[in-house]
Amino acid sequence: MAVTKAEYINMAEKKSPNSPIAINMMWAFFSGGIICTIGQAIMNLYEMFGLNELEASSATSISLIFLGALFTGLKVYDKLAKRCGAGTLVPITGFANSIVSPALEYKSEGFILGMSAKMFTIAGPVLVFGISASVIYGVVIWIFRLF
Amino acid sequence: MAKRVGRYTIRFEKAPAIKSYASIAGKKEGEGPLAKEFDEINTDSTFGEKTWEKAESRLQNNVLNKALQKANITPASVDIVFAGDLLNQCIGTSYGLRESGIPFAGLYGACSTMAESLSMAAVFVDGGYANIAAALTSSHFCTAERQYRCPLEYGGQRPQSAQWTVTGAGAVILDLNGNGPFIREITLGRIVDLGIKDVNNMGAAMAPAAADTISNYFSDTGAKPGDFDLIATGDLAFVGSELLKDLLKEQGIELKANYSDCGLMIFDREKQDVHSGGSGCGCSASVLCSYILNNLCSGNFKEVLFISTGALMSPISIQQGQSIPAVAHLIHISNRP
Repeated sequence: MAVTKAEYINMAEKKSPNSPIAINMMWAFFSGGIICTIGQAIMNLYEMFGLNELEASSATSISLIFLGALFTGLKVYDKLAKRCGAGTLVPITGFANSIVSPALEYKSEGFILGMSAKMFTIAGPVLVFGISASVIYGVVIWIFRLF
Repeated sequence: MAKRVGRYTIRFEKAPAIKSYASIAGKKEGEGPLAKEFDEINTDSTFGEKTWEKAESRLQNNVLNKALQKANITPASVDIVFAGDLLNQCIGTSYGLRESGIPFAGLYGACSTMAESLSMAAVFVDGGYANIAAALTSSHFCTAERQYRCPLEYGGQRPQSAQWTVTGAGAVILDLNGNGPFIREITLGRIVDLGIKDVNNMGAAMAPAAADTISNYFSDTGAKPGDFDLIATGDLAFVGSELLKDLLKEQGIELKANYSDCGLMIFDREKQDVHSGGSGCGCSASVLCSYILNNLCSGNFKEVLFISTGALMSPISIQQGQSIPAVAHLIHISNRP
């Protein structure tokens, strides 16, 4: 080959079209905002029905997870996410999608070794780091309270 | 007998004839520009099966049967079949051809499998080791996504350089004698790796392999790009084919209007939301066994260079931080003996 690896990687970068970042950010901003607004509306509704703030916020998370899973099952969530990007990825509905989509996908390899084992292929690292971070945070608070 | 021309090329003396060919395409491919060229368009992506892997096997089985039917022969008269696919252990092929009863040599060349299998079939027929040989391959969007990327319903975005795996298959049946088109020459490629690590930019990873094989062919044979009605690469898509033109220009070979890429022919990039274009074994296979061979048979094309390109990484090698090696195999098909 006449070109070196470094030259070629440079050539390839120049020829590869960039993602439309400005449009993607607008979609993410508004869609993420809409999901959070829906969440707020659900929370207000639960408070109207007499739940206290803590209960209402837990119930809201559960409701949004349910909706994320439902729309994944109805094969709608991936189509929304194609446009919305981080707007559908960051809220808790995206977390639900990341667990339900492999569960659906690997159903064909059986209930235990397929669906159950593969359920966390995408969400697994989020759980590992989320749980680890909360443990570290808890330890730090415990140390500070000693004094 | 065939003879070697230059360092890399094999020229067949009794150019094996294409007895028949068949292509089957999926729904999205059937909505693309080549819709009327395919033998069959299946709008049910499960092909009537329960899993995606079974669907791909069904696809291979159907395309072989279609080609046999067009040649008006039974599996018993085929001496050997060369075939492969993208799945681990090539299960699309081995389960798909399980009932055929034809001696089977499985190949893995990733998306280069069509040119690879057709080359092997041509060598067997020319050498007299087979009277009739078959070459086929397939890919399925859903099996490829499962194996290489994310679950289908996962909500993610693809970068602009990403390609869309074609659901489709192509099969060719070669005979020692026949009316053609004919396999005249083959150039088997070397593994080339210029350090691309991005699996969402496979066209860029494969373009140097295509450039290497094409320039080897031209320097071996003394032919020029202008001698051909069509020079078609397998699945470089938009990014890869632009890079191929640049790489060849640096070697003094200019690809002009007679150059195209199967990944650009099979989809309408503007309307079908496939980003850089099509990919997968089925991409070059289904385009060869529809548009290209249809035009060779009708006499619209006289000389064609068909170059399937394959990216030879696996999800494991990518996770371990390795770059993507690629290979490209070239076949010169002509409608004169």
